[in-house]
Amino acid sequence: MYEAATGPWPWYVAGPLIGLLVPVLHLLGRRFGVSSSLRHACAAMVPGKAEYFRYDWRSEGGWNLIFVFGILLGGVAAATLLPSAAEVDLAPATRAALETLGLHDFGGLAPSELFAWDRLASVGGFMAMVVGGFLVGFGTRYANGCTSGHAITGLAELRLSSLGAVLGFFAGGLAATHFLLPLVLGG
Amino acid sequence: MDASTDVRASGAGSSTQRLWPFLLVGIAFGVVLVKSEVVSWFRIQEMFRFQSFHMYGVIASAISVAAIGRRLLGLSRVAESPSTRHWLGGTAFGLGWGLTGACPGPTYALIGGGYSAYVVVLVAALVGAWTYGRFRPSLPH
Repeated sequence: MYEAATGPWPWYVAGPLIGLLVPVLHLLGRRFGVSSSLRHACAAMVPGKAEYFRYDWRSEGGWNLIFVFGILLGGVAAATLLPSAAEVDLAPATRAALETLGLHDFGGLAPSELFAWDRLASVGGFMAMVVGGFLVGFGTRYANGCTSGHAITGLAELRLSSLGAVLGFFAGGLAATHFLLPLVLGG
Repeated sequence: MDASTDVRASGAGSSTQRLWPFLLVGIAFGVVLVKSEVVSWFRIQEMFRFQSFHMYGVIASAISVAAIGRRLLGLSRVAESPSTRHWLGGTAFGLGWGLTGACPGPTYALIGGGYSAYVVVLVAALVGAWTYGRFRPSLPH
């Protein structure tokens, strides 16, 4: 039992559990979505003069900020109570492709050669953390949703706007993977 | 007015709405994200290289269960057509997803899981969200 819980959970366990968040949050009176937390955090900390950040963030977004703080605590709980394998059981083809790009450390959940404080000044680290992060924040607010709000909730609602956004997610992700990464990693 | 707006209206007006259920749901979500390796940059690479079914299985089964759940709750489809914001914003986020390997949920979970460099990703995402808000009036929607 413990072994099943510490090992990587299969998609047919994880996916349905994530999908359940949509009806559960609906019963709590809210709509599943994570990226709006970025807006609420800006509204709470540095609203400036932008109309986009001038609203009652406590009543509209208080629950969402608590929710994402919960996600962070969930990360703590998973790491301490259910420690994972040293390496993701990565598809050999993906591993080979990443090795061609010059990555060698496959330990943990993210490559230490890109996601580490001392990689901030490197081209790859700066692109992955700073430019990538900026695009996540800018893009999700521009599109009005991310994987949770558009891909899961929106598609479950059969919302065509979400289908458009998800097609954009994939177009961007494919471009980043097949053009940007080889460019910045020089592979 | 449907049930959701009812609840929302009563919750929004008062500060008495209990918030702890959202904390618990968030914790559960965070645990699932980490244990299914959905938070892993490596898994996102597999997905965008079409070399593993894992992420597609997670997303497709999540959508299916969400759709069934909505149906059982008697909710109908939501009509909203895509517009410029969805295409352009979606593509911008996709570029960021491919680079960081993490959408917003996983970013929080990774920080909690001890991947402190993702604090940089989160701060950059906040700057990105702020920049959108600042220039929103001049962007095509």
